[in-house]
Amino acid sequence: MLTGEKDCIIEDGEVYELVYEKPLTTLTGTRMHYCPGCGHSTAHKVLAEVIEELGIQEQTIGVAPVGCSVFAYDYLNIDMQEAAHGRATAVATGIKRVLPDKYVFTYQGDGDLAAIGTAETIHSINRGENIMIIFINNAVYGMTSGQMAPTTLVGMKSTTSPYGRDADFAGMPIKVSELIAPLKGAFYVTRHSVHTPGNVRKLKKAITNGFKYQQLKKGVTFIEVISNCPSNWKMTPVKSNEFIEKEMLPYYPLGDIKLPSKEDLAGLK
Amino acid sequence: MEELDIRLMKGNEAMAEAAIQAKCDAYFGYPITPQSEVLEYLSREMPGRYGIPLQAESEVASINMVYGAAGAGKRVMTSSSSPGFSLMMEGISYIASAQLPCLLVNVNRGGPGLGTIQPSQGDYFQATKGGGHGDYHLIVLAPNSVQEMADFVFLGFELADKYRNPVCMLSDGAIGQMMERVVFKKREVPAIKKDWATTGKTKDRERNIITSLFIQPEKMEQVNLSLNKKYEEISKNEVRYEEIFTDDAEYLIVAYGLSSRISHKTVILAREKGIKLGLLRPITLYPYPYKRLNELANKLKGILTLELNAGQMIEDVKLSVEGKVPVWHYGRMGGIIPSPEEVLENFEKLAKIK
Ligand SMILES: Cc1ncc(C[n+]2csc(CCOP(=O)(O)OP(=O)(O)O)c2C)c(N)n1
Repeated sequence: MLTGEKDCIIEDGEVYELVYEKPLTTLTGTRMHYCPGCGHSTAHKVLAEVIEELGIQEQTIGVAPVGCSVFAYDYLNIDMQEAAHGRATAVATGIKRVLPDKYVFTYQGDGDLAAIGTAETIHSINRGENIMIIFINNAVYGMTSGQMAPTTLVGMKSTTSPYGRDADFAGMPIKVSELIAPLKGAFYVTRHSVHTPGNVRKLKKAITNGFKYQQLKKGVTFIEVISNCPSNWKMTPVKSNEFIEKEMLPYYPLGDIKLPSKEDLAGLK
Repeated sequence: MEELDIRLMKGNEAMAEAAIQAKCDAYFGYPITPQSEVLEYLSREMPGRYGIPLQAESEVASINMVYGAAGAGKRVMTSSSSPGFSLMMEGISYIASAQLPCLLVNVNRGGPGLGTIQPSQGDYFQATKGGGHGDYHLIVLAPNSVQEMADFVFLGFELADKYRNPVCMLSDGAIGQMMERVVFKKREVPAIKKDWATTGKTKDRERNIITSLFIQPEKMEQVNLSLNKKYEEISKNEVRYEEIFTDDAEYLIVAYGLSSRISHKTVILAREKGIKLGLLRPITLYPYPYKRLNELANKLKGILTLELNAGQMIEDVKLSVEGKVPVWHYGRMGGIIPSPEEVLENFEKLAKIK
């Protein structure tokens, strides 16, 4: 209904009150290729919103991985580079070292960041590169259609762990955030999820911090996002959100793993 | 009068010094013999002068750092030796596809495998025929002196920027390690406009994307075709070689890098014996001097390739001469460097002059 006070839009002859708008300048408007219910689309949108609200589109350079989000640059209206599988943080290192005053982030899946790219992940964090790493943990290799990831839960079925992940055979799922948090180069480490609106709001706050803290040049901001993959988990989107709540979060608890101190944050605009 | 800057240096150090003078914005590398001096020199000299030297955790990381920094529009390089260069192949293929200008130096040592730290030319195929996956070419420069290791840094960056193509300097453990006189001329380094680089999307332009992903077959083929067009252009404009005593030559040695220095001496020894031997030294290994060799073949009785490998460049020589003259190979491996006399003796045997 039209109140006359708020912004309105007219569609098919009807007048609607505008209560929510997609970020207009930081999303290209290209229709995303993600499966229905996939957490990647939500994470992209939140990221775009933050870039828009901080007004840093002109200063931001993103690095897309190899994985389902390989086409992130089709959707995010910012300068981007597409890295080889696992090498996003090395590429980001290259960018940030020569453009130290830009905001640089990587956006990576668990196979990309925690299997093939483990060395680059650990060492870029250990060097304290002033970048943000957004780590989408969906416990599976999405793009190659559902193989076991380093983060696949014990007992969880995938195309390469058809009887469920056997920890004695394949090892335990890696808790990357807990693994890297002790490194001095990790400035801010936090875990969020996209399975409820409340959690999406918290994620947005974390990504905002992740960008802002780059001004301080004190190291990596690392934001893990527990995300769903309904297609490869072979569940409806609703069931996949329940799976996050019941199965993923007990092993990957949400919240801050490493917070900068007050003194650390002195001088932040 | 301008004072000459003359120094006595190792090839690797001369290359590193040239990188600073060529305003290389960043160097990414990982230690490996016989070229660790490069990272050491730059770690010492770049701070306070020009550029950022960063020791990566591996060659895989270095080449991807090169990708990122080159994509950000900066002048960047890496160097390594054979096993390390093999590790970079995936990244080099991405760089060639994304058309990022950069300089990649391979100070060739003996292989396969961990091999030996002694000089070799066993990486000719890898450098000139692809190495990584997919249809691509590097521009390949082959220095044969400490002076050229310095000069080809400037030339390499220039060609890389001109064609938006990675340039490989294929040196070897001997040229990298030996000390020689080198002259550094004062040069102006022109600022290059790179409006395709990811420097932050401003309002007045579309976003810039550095990628090697072209998922639609039609698009991928167009990219392949345009890359090929570029390689044709490079082949037309950039063939470089040196000729010694080719005017009246009846026989020819074709050799590059370290082998060309040995061959030069062999030619002189042959001439002293009255054998009309000449030398053609390819300076660019890609593009290769096919045409010139084909012309020369019209008046030759035979060609010897001297290579520190089992016979790799000989394939390009054979392609050049189209069967007009016999082509023989002589080479040593494992880091063993033949003497000019040894080469002459084997040439005489192969050419049945004795
Ligand atoms: C060197 C290399 N090895 C393997 C692949 C195939 N590959 C593409 S995406 C992918 C896994 C991606 O999984 P993840 O990083 O978890 O991201 P998701 O697709 O789940 O978002 C693999 C193995 C590749 N592209 N390159």
